[in-house]
Amino acid sequence: MFKKILIANRGEIAVRVIRACREMGIRSVAVYSDVDRAALHVRKADEAYPVGPAAAAESYLNIEKIIAVAKRSGADAIHPGYGFLSENSRFAHACAEAGIKFIGPTAAAMEMMGSKTRARQNMEKAGIPFVPGTSRGVETPEEAKKVAEKIGYPVMLKAAAGGGGKGMRLVHKPEELAAALESAQSEAQRAFGDGEIYIEKAILNPRHIEMQILADEQGNTVYLGERECSIQRRHQKVLEEAPSPIVDPDMRKRMGEIAVRVAQAAGYTNAGTIEFLVDAQKNFYFLEMNTRLQVEHPVTELTTGFDLVHLQIRIAAGEKLPFQQNDISLRGHAIECRIYAEDPDNNYFPSPGKITLLLLPSGPGIRRDSGMYEGWTVPIDYDPLLAKLIGYGTDRAQATARLVRALHEYFVGGIKTNISLFRKILNDPDFVAGRLDTGYLDRLLAKPPESVAGDAGAAEVAAIAAGVFAVLDPATPRTDANGTAVENTSTWKRTGREEALR
Amino acid sequence: MNYEVSIDGKNYRLELNRVDTGWQCRVDGREVEIDAVLARRDVLSILIGSKAFEIKRERTATDMHLWVGSVRYAVELRDPRSLRTRASADDGKGPRKLVAPMPGKVVRLLVNEGAEVEAGQGVVVVEAMKMQNEIKSPKQGIVRKLVATAGANVNAGDVLAVVE
Repeated sequence: MFKKILIANRGEIAVRVIRACREMGIRSVAVYSDVDRAALHVRKADEAYPVGPAAAAESYLNIEKIIAVAKRSGADAIHPGYGFLSENSRFAHACAEAGIKFIGPTAAAMEMMGSKTRARQNMEKAGIPFVPGTSRGVETPEEAKKVAEKIGYPVMLKAAAGGGGKGMRLVHKPEELAAALESAQSEAQRAFGDGEIYIEKAILNPRHIEMQILADEQGNTVYLGERECSIQRRHQKVLEEAPSPIVDPDMRKRMGEIAVRVAQAAGYTNAGTIEFLVDAQKNFYFLEMNTRLQVEHPVTELTTGFDLVHLQIRIAAGEKLPFQQNDISLRGHAIECRIYAEDPDNNYFPSPGKITLLLLPSGPGIRRDSGMYEGWTVPIDYDPLLAKLIGYGTDRAQATARLVRALHEYFVGGIKTNISLFRKILNDPDFVAGRLDTGYLDRLLAKPPESVAGDAGAAEVAAIAAGVFAVLDPATPRTDANGTAVENTSTWKRTGREEALR
Repeated sequence: MNYEVSIDGKNYRLELNRVDTGWQCRVDGREVEIDAVLARRDVLSILIGSKAFEIKRERTATDMHLWVGSVRYAVELRDPRSLRTRASADDGKGPRKLVAPMPGKVVRLLVNEGAEVEAGQGVVVVEAMKMQNEIKSPKQGIVRKLVATAGANVNAGDVLAVVE
């Protein structure tokens, strides 16, 4: 087993991995950029090293610096978390060259799944069902037209190197095709340095369901059940759950076995996720493989009872999977809310800043994976994910009720968060009925906001509270002549006021 | 102690006094039975009659909000005895400041000083967490002062421009 693991990440996932290390008796090494010195992961680690300026390209994405710190600290393995260098095969290579174990798949497996067209070619050979289309890039509009006619409109143009919706175009009619192809090619070229575009049949408003797999280095591969990830915004997942409300044991088995075949075809090791698109008739198609631990892994941990990070570390250390497919059974239901520093009243625009008040939920069936603390200033430089709140229950209704209850307890003051969004989702009739697809959240947000029936009683409570606060905790910000806030915490004044009230 | 409290724009007249047995409270002249404990800074436990409420207070450089349960209220508290009672309340006239709603970096200025702008027109672009946000003019008028400079870091509440 490893003695010391460097975590090449920040935020809640770095804390998550550090906790696993501590549980396993492994020393943890944090890295931090200039603006992250006070971050929670630095406080929780056994050792911490600076890796450069705020800009990720010069710190968390800087392969040379990370490897240098790993060597200097004597770490024998690196956990990349998600994002940053987690799916960078050059980084996996660099680790191997430095004699440091990369906790994840091999660089070769990563490369095979990294290009979507290459992945499609390999999956085609392995007989994996995927969305009808080309497995090679199309060059000319004529070629594209031929393919599109064969598979039928609407079609989706996608970048081979793609992700995050870049280089993606939905085309309904042949007349639109040439222009869409050209703009997708140039956008992909700009975004990824690779203009290769392929064509797929467009599945409108599909569900997005993914299957977790684990593979050891002895050739054993198992699936751990699916996650429903259809609730997304701007191609970013917002709420995930396991199991999916529409997947029955038979469908789970078929999806799981295909996921295992995908992983084996890629020579995959460690934890990975196979993403599927699912249409209204529950046909599912291979979409892509994520060659890392996912943000939403806790819902699988709760429904399987396994600790995926522990298992990742054990697999990387050369241990055999401690169970077989038949030993895996799912129990209960788990739902994860991604708490982002975003302003719901300003189109969910990021809202960094200082957390002035933090009240935390707890109690039955609640798990909170967080990278924030009261008094910490959320930097402006990174992804706005602050924490994940996960509710677990014997069934979906109980998991939902527990989450709603916990969201009521959760309070993050000083910055804006999307906590109110989850209240909206979890109480929405379509969510409760499990009627989800990737267009769900945009439709929900387009609905006119229900006028929070101006509860006169609660407003009056607020009015009374405002006065009581002024007496008991008088720190109301005053504004000076320039309109800037000045702190008003003179003890003399406060005492004087309280005296005056007696 | 008398206060004028505005909750989401609606005004309340609040009389609040500490007495031996606890509090004496009147809202718009009507007696209300209350008990209050400050649980910690910015968190209040209030009993109104026997109904229990947990109130959270949130203050930014520019405003104050109170949360009753999961509902957020914009609060203004005025002490009528104090000299400055917001005589300069918003009447749409006079200069208005554009402030940064969140910390970030100014990436672009969309107009020059002296430019005429419409209400809702973008004036400055602030970037935070890899997203760009147009800070819009609150009113129609002339950009009298452009405080923001491209490339500068700003804090929440910093004045970016003044439109008159």
